[in-house]
Amino acid sequence: MQFGIFTVSDITQDPTTGRTPSEHERITDVLTIAQHAEEVGLDVFALGEHHNPPFFSSSPTTTLAYIAAKTSKIQLTTSTTLITTNDPVKIAEDFAMLQHVADGRVDLMLGRGNTGPVYPWFGKDIRQGINLALENYGLLHRLWREDFVDWDGQFRTPLQGFQSTPRPLDDVPPFVWHGSIRSPEIAEQAAYYGDGFFANHIFWPASHTQRMVALYRQRFEHYEHGTAEQAIVGLGGQVFMRKNSQDAVREFRPYFDNAPVYGHGPSLEEFTSQTPLTVGSPQEVIDKTLGFRDYVGDYQRQLFLMDHAGLPLKTVLEQLDLLGSEVVPVLRKEFANNRPATVPDAPTHESLVAARNAAKADGGTIAAPKGAAFGAAAVKGA
Amino acid sequence: MTTRTLAVVSAGLSQPSSTRMLADKLSDATVAKLAEQGIDTTVETFELRDVATDIMNHMLTGFPSPKLEAVIEAVTGADGLIAVTPIFTTSYSGLFKSFFDVIDSAALAELPVVIGATAGTPRHSLALDYALRPMFTYLHAIVAPTGVFAATGDWGESADSVKTLPARIDRASGELAALVAASDRSANVRDPFALDRPFGHLIGGLTGE
Repeated sequence: MQFGIFTVSDITQDPTTGRTPSEHERITDVLTIAQHAEEVGLDVFALGEHHNPPFFSSSPTTTLAYIAAKTSKIQLTTSTTLITTNDPVKIAEDFAMLQHVADGRVDLMLGRGNTGPVYPWFGKDIRQGINLALENYGLLHRLWREDFVDWDGQFRTPLQGFQSTPRPLDDVPPFVWHGSIRSPEIAEQAAYYGDGFFANHIFWPASHTQRMVALYRQRFEHYEHGTAEQAIVGLGGQVFMRKNSQDAVREFRPYFDNAPVYGHGPSLEEFTSQTPLTVGSPQEVIDKTLGFRDYVGDYQRQLFLMDHAGLPLKTVLEQLDLLGSEVVPVLRKEFANNRPATVPDAPTHESLVAARNAAKADGGTIAAPKGAAFGAAAVKGA
Repeated sequence: MTTRTLAVVSAGLSQPSSTRMLADKLSDATVAKLAEQGIDTTVETFELRDVATDIMNHMLTGFPSPKLEAVIEAVTGADGLIAVTPIFTTSYSGLFKSFFDVIDSAALAELPVVIGATAGTPRHSLALDYALRPMFTYLHAIVAPTGVFAATGDWGESADSVKTLPARIDRASGELAALVAASDRSANVRDPFALDRPFGHLIGGLTGE
């Protein structure tokens, strides 16, 4: 199982000091945080995409390429890459390039974004959000798997004999996760392609995440990518820790109370009881995180939000130290207990290359999903 | 025996509240009219004051507390709704509007609704038709033609003696009862995770529907 962090790249005033970092300072802080994530033994660093203040991360592959050069083990990914408003051709190119410079330590998570005006800024209609996600990903999927693509769709210029470059490393595309808070269509899309499904988890009650993941698992099996328990699931989480629980609550409360996403609303106590947020000792974080498995099953990737709401760099690095030294080693051990051998790990470049080579050795090709509810077969049958 | 469920939402703030009084009168009259047709009605009445903080928290966080979620489920899953608000500053109260703001905009579709309002003087009565009625129409609810407005005077001496409050309640509740009797909303289990169309249409439709 993989453990890591994800950042939304917000530039937020520290409510305890009134100080707001500059863009440059926050950007370099995040680069430091990513490198420290590897130093403390985490497996994954994920970076969001935004196109408006107070966020800086408009160009994730640039940022991740730098981090790739400064690290050697950590898997780099996004949280999320906007499949709705980015040109799928550019996504294909950027991430294939990143895959090469990072020696394969790359996957990506696709999402629709949560900032309405991004759609018109990029010439799109938000009412077509789901349709954009479906068509754009359909094209992206082909660009990474077919050397020359003829394509015609509703939302971008047609392509004739187009080859996106560079080709994916070892001709194996980066693994794709589909991230969603509330859209069952996206769980369905992830299941259809046999891709991963990442539930944001942190902004909604667990019962909601439970149902979304159950839907994804059931549909993953329906499309014959494996059994429901073999579907690839990731979850968000959000923690703040100190050795003593009371110290954690006291220190984090002003950041919670003023946080851009949920500040000035429910109390810290209400929010922690209704969502996965954990503020307390490392043991409390361990206990709550282990509980996630009770309602989503054995899963592959756990990402924590650690660096938002104006928390200063020093505090974030201390949080990573606690996560890496006291929490994740225990989680690795406990999550491995009673985990069926048939449950796969999160795909990596190495595992995908090995799977591709094994399929080739069998003389077979990777079968298209059955079910005939889809694509050309469905259209013909209709 | 045939059964129906009726949700009653009152945005009154005081105790006792004339808004709640009007809501209860509409509710009692509707239940009686349904009983005449052999229909047994389960009534669930909600004072929005009880979930006022939850409503605002939902607006800020994007999800309801368990307490508010129960209210929203009862209202959106009912066969009929009686919605009554005090008129503040020429319109529904902010609390009343906020409650409907946090409900999914498709969740009240085809829900029979009777609208009611209270205020100090009859001069505010048109707020029913320029504020409440368009809001429920936007939500694709089925709004009964008669809305009931009760001014303070309606509860006593200066009441309208020609079109009396009981007569207006009688008319509105009759309209609502007819709509509720025909409704099968509470029998339909709505699954928020159900796709509104087969997914194959979404992908196949893009390439050649």
